[in-house]
Amino acid sequence: MQKFKKFIGLVVPLDRANIDTDAIIPKQFLKSIKRTGFGVNLFDSWRYLDPGEPGMDPGTRKPNPEFVLNKAIYHGAEILLTRENFGCGSSREHAPWAILDFGLRVVIAPSFGEIFFNNSVKNGLLPIVMPATKVDQLFRETMATPGYKLTIDLERQMVTTPIGETIQFVVDPFHKHCLLNGLDEIGLSLQYVKEITAFEKERRQQQPWLFNL
Amino acid sequence: MSTAATLYDKLWRSHVVREDGDGTALLYIDRHLVHEVTSPQAFEGLRLNGRKLWRVDSILATADHNVPTTERSHGIVDPISRLQVDTLDQNCQEYGVTEFAMNDSRQGIVHVIGPEQGATLPGMTVVCGDSHTSTHGAFAALAFGIGTSEVEHVMATQCLTTKKTKNMQIVVDGTLEDGITAKDIILAIIGKIGTAGGTGYTIEYAGSAIRALSMEGRMTICNMSIEAGARAGAVAVDDTTINYIKGRPYAPQGERWEQAVTYWRTLTSDADAHFDKVVTLDVRDIKPQITWGTSPEMVSTIDGHVPDPAQETDPVKRMGIERALAYMDLAPNTAMRDIWLDKIFIGSCTNSRIEDLRSAANVVAGKHIAKNIKLAMIVPGSGLVKRQAETEGLDKIFKEAGFEWREPGCSMCLGMNDDKLAPGERCASTSNRNFEGRQGAGGRTHLVSPQMAAAAAIAGHFIDVNEVKN
Repeated sequence: MQKFKKFIGLVVPLDRANIDTDAIIPKQFLKSIKRTGFGVNLFDSWRYLDPGEPGMDPGTRKPNPEFVLNKAIYHGAEILLTRENFGCGSSREHAPWAILDFGLRVVIAPSFGEIFFNNSVKNGLLPIVMPATKVDQLFRETMATPGYKLTIDLERQMVTTPIGETIQFVVDPFHKHCLLNGLDEIGLSLQYVKEITAFEKERRQQQPWLFNL
Repeated sequence: MSTAATLYDKLWRSHVVREDGDGTALLYIDRHLVHEVTSPQAFEGLRLNGRKLWRVDSILATADHNVPTTERSHGIVDPISRLQVDTLDQNCQEYGVTEFAMNDSRQGIVHVIGPEQGATLPGMTVVCGDSHTSTHGAFAALAFGIGTSEVEHVMATQCLTTKKTKNMQIVVDGTLEDGITAKDIILAIIGKIGTAGGTGYTIEYAGSAIRALSMEGRMTICNMSIEAGARAGAVAVDDTTINYIKGRPYAPQGERWEQAVTYWRTLTSDADAHFDKVVTLDVRDIKPQITWGTSPEMVSTIDGHVPDPAQETDPVKRMGIERALAYMDLAPNTAMRDIWLDKIFIGSCTNSRIEDLRSAANVVAGKHIAKNIKLAMIVPGSGLVKRQAETEGLDKIFKEAGFEWREPGCSMCLGMNDDKLAPGERCASTSNRNFEGRQGAGGRTHLVSPQMAAAAAIAGHFIDVNEVKN
């Protein structure tokens, strides 16, 4: 996982609530056994007018000109601004993989589906929870200002608007530590092999029926 | 501070290996269920990093998402699906993982076979790379869905790094009337609290109506906790729980059984335990539920109507309703019973257990599906559910009524195999998600109970199941 550094990024507004992981990456693309290559199918059924199947050459697809990610002014966007309960639904990690593969690095919303939120952090995608009124304000500013960019500073837990307004956000200290340092969580947990082994031994004695497959 | 604990508090505490000052804990995982879609990248991660599988006897694997529900003797035709299923078989073989492969009689939907085998037991932590892992909470287990990185984490460490959630109790009291099922209860709950209502909580379902439910019914309720935003839902242990588990293949026996039961009986919330949020419902107020939109909270009743967005004052919600009605091709104020259907799907980890099939068979016995129904299919949750249903003659009832009787799997709940809706087709489905494109690009899903799906198959449109039965 790459270290999450401070950056200034273009914002793309996706004005819908309850965007589920089926919409983020439809099921036909989950048949891959790899972690890469999902970006071309991000929001596939909204982004293209023709039905998408795995292995299609993206150059032959018909993009939906109405879909916000296809608009020229948002090309190169790195920050997705959206509404409540983003990433609800299935546990597919293909959703953050697709978002990152597309080139987005931050999602700002009033709330997130919990599994999606966790999956994002583990892959270096930063989900920022912001009050609905602030999200509203950012939507208004993004729509009114072509080329609207935000500065994302995870270290200081701060988003800065083009006119210098700062918005603080909350982030779990452990998540922050892992993101800033690009840490492999499994490696961290394996520091506690002794504790896990001791816990397991006691468990095996007290509830032997749990160790039975 | 009171020492009284909720069921969730007890389950949490008994699995904490270590905890940091900020509440980040290393939580021990007892049971890891694995399927073909969310595991290949995790096995690959282990290999790339030269890591071992921590405890192979904690894992039970099966192929369910991609498998065909028609004739299987020639394998899987779609090469991409086949590769994913073959990859699971190879990984299980290489690591020595217990797997019920496609042609094993015990194969089925991962959330059906865990409980069926006694591989899900009270007091366990149960995880799976699948959001409907919440199903197993019906056994007073702490069960939740995880992503592929977490699958790999559990494989390598037998633990997860996580934080405790808040406690929510949903109390459902009253006696269930004919035609009202666990599915109607959970849809009514989601309609009441919303799809983000449970975010940040573990839900414990309690009350006389929950106590009166079978394990199948409790599983249906816990299954859809995730549609209410909660990663986990649970029900306390009682005689119903114990009786269901007794004699199952992986359940303890003899002296160990007695020992286990004594412990399991403690897995209830203390009388004065604190819940951060309490929601109450009376089942007498619950009617047969049907979703009309593209989110499970967009739900009405058989005597209800599709909403009118003009009546909604919140602009984000209004836009949501307008989009949903456009996608579903429904006019505002349409009576739910005037919605006509093309397909019927009875199956999924929500409603594919023997009790679900019995209740649907009871509705369609001696009748035939309506002319406008292009396809009505029954997809049992496992090979063993299928066999049991056949022993009881349910397959004949369904076939005589015009239903197709299929092989077990996830099937048209998400259409990763060939079972899909065509664009514009409308389906009464016993599954759990009515998202856009969920059952096939452009397909339109209405979530209902097995009885209501069966009644809709006979009438061709939604109808109160009691009208069909009489």
